[in-house]
Amino acid sequence: MTTPKRPHILVTGAAGALAQQVIDQLRDTCDLVAVDFREQVYLGDDIPSYCIDFNKRVFEDLFRRYQFDGVIHLGRIQSSQLTRMRRYNANVLGTQKLLDLSHKYGIKRVVVLSTYHVYGAVAYNPALIDESAPLKAAGLSADLVDSVELENLANIYLWRYPDLNITILRPCNIVGPGVRNTMSTLLASERAPVLAGFSPMMQFIHIDDMADAIVLAYKKPVRGVFNVAPQDWVAYQHALRLCGCKRIPIPSIPPVVPSLILRTLNMRRFPSYLMAFFKYPVVIDGRAFAREFDFKPRRPLQEIFRFYRNNKSPV
Amino acid sequence: MSLATYVKSKLIPADIDKHINRIRKPIGSLGYDPWGYNNEAIKYGFALTRQIYEKYFRVEAHGVEQVPAEGPVLIIANHSGQLPIDGLLIGYALASRPEQPRIPRAMIERFFPTVPWLGNLLNEMGAVLGDPVNCAKMLANNEAVIVFPEGIRGSGKLYKDRYQLKRFGNGFMHLAMKYNAPIVPVGVVGCEETIPAIANIKPLAKALGIPYAPVALPAVLPAKVHLNFGAPMYFDNTEIPEELVTERVETVKAEISRLIDKGLSERKKLF
Repeated sequence: MTTPKRPHILVTGAAGALAQQVIDQLRDTCDLVAVDFREQVYLGDDIPSYCIDFNKRVFEDLFRRYQFDGVIHLGRIQSSQLTRMRRYNANVLGTQKLLDLSHKYGIKRVVVLSTYHVYGAVAYNPALIDESAPLKAAGLSADLVDSVELENLANIYLWRYPDLNITILRPCNIVGPGVRNTMSTLLASERAPVLAGFSPMMQFIHIDDMADAIVLAYKKPVRGVFNVAPQDWVAYQHALRLCGCKRIPIPSIPPVVPSLILRTLNMRRFPSYLMAFFKYPVVIDGRAFAREFDFKPRRPLQEIFRFYRNNKSPV
Repeated sequence: MSLATYVKSKLIPADIDKHINRIRKPIGSLGYDPWGYNNEAIKYGFALTRQIYEKYFRVEAHGVEQVPAEGPVLIIANHSGQLPIDGLLIGYALASRPEQPRIPRAMIERFFPTVPWLGNLLNEMGAVLGDPVNCAKMLANNEAVIVFPEGIRGSGKLYKDRYQLKRFGNGFMHLAMKYNAPIVPVGVVGCEETIPAIANIKPLAKALGIPYAPVALPAVLPAKVHLNFGAPMYFDNTEIPEELVTERVETVKAEISRLIDKGLSERKKLF
């Protein structure tokens, strides 16, 4: 009797907390290879880990050596990291290289992590935005262009190479232990800026739930673009209150004032290009994903916020 | 007792708290829905509106029981009086009816979300940006939605044009047909007299980025308001050309016009 072959999967963005959760869930059943452009992380003796720039030629050697069956692309550099140009190179050109290699080496499943930021926060957004809505983020700020471009690129490959079975996930704010993005930093801080008089509706997903979502998506080869968000909503300022953050209001009108203040302060956790997201809601509809992949988030908002409230002053 | 609980107990009578809690709504674990409606905030709004509704405008509502108790429904009314007071009063009439109350959602001008505090406040009270996608999603969610098809053409009209219905958009009819939502027509009488405007300064409105800038007294007059709800109107979802949709819209408009005339004939005096 032969034992079934364990699938080989390439996981990018391995230094991030989310990728490590995904790796932990898959390591018993799959042979994983982890890469990250930032640093080499030790993930145990059974998982080879590399620090590689996707645009370098040696990246292809990984595909030659390991004969991957699937790719989980979580290595999207967030808008708060690096310069605009380097981010564009890594996110857009790097992803293109990754998808080209995936096609060349006959990969059968690709999951790409995007973000709800691509929809853009504008005053006229309806609530429960579904996947077919236009992506307006590029019009808001040049700092979000690479996120939209990454999506467009993945979409082109989705239709041009159906064999790749590309699924693009657009999650709401991913938060929880170990998450280092803008929203998580804000919720974890003692004092958080708010735009006076604006408290848009937001959605939050726990990192464990998001890892579950990625693993579920990987296991069921359904192509397409999916929002990932729980069916629960809270206003931004209410969320801060529940996390025990003191709110620091920033004057919000006329619009040029907050933009000027944020650009002058240049805070990493409240960047000017995300200002619109703290003003207008981007409420996405995650029901299509929940239906298709039988996904049910298990951590309620109260539990997420309790974590931040109880960990204000780490030991 | 914390200060917040004490203030709440003073501002929100127990009967309102109980009344709002027994209305079933699709909200999340923290009392919000996707459009920003908040189950706690609305209790304050409800308590305040009760005073405005009963004491200030002394509203007389007839036929509010005709609004179906469940399922999607579009409440279509004439718009008047510069501020959306008519929407507030219709909403309160339905939310406060003793049998099977519902909290309807009002579609508001695109200008409101950009106004600090006010935009969020309106959202918490159940008002929603007047976008066709929003309206469609809410009907799919089995909500009762208040729509003023005249839009700012109606609310911004001058006192000399009072009770003349302006052009109705066709959007609400398409949505009613698509989601099998009955249409409940409402004739509002009295709101025209709350803020009588004699002129509209268009250049000022343009400069401020607001829909209109009326020349009026800086006060809301306590006109007596009559709301007349009509019987639900049903329209099937067959593929019909736009001119037939317009005809259907005209039948709704005619019914609202009839309800307005009824209200005007019932009215004994302006205040």
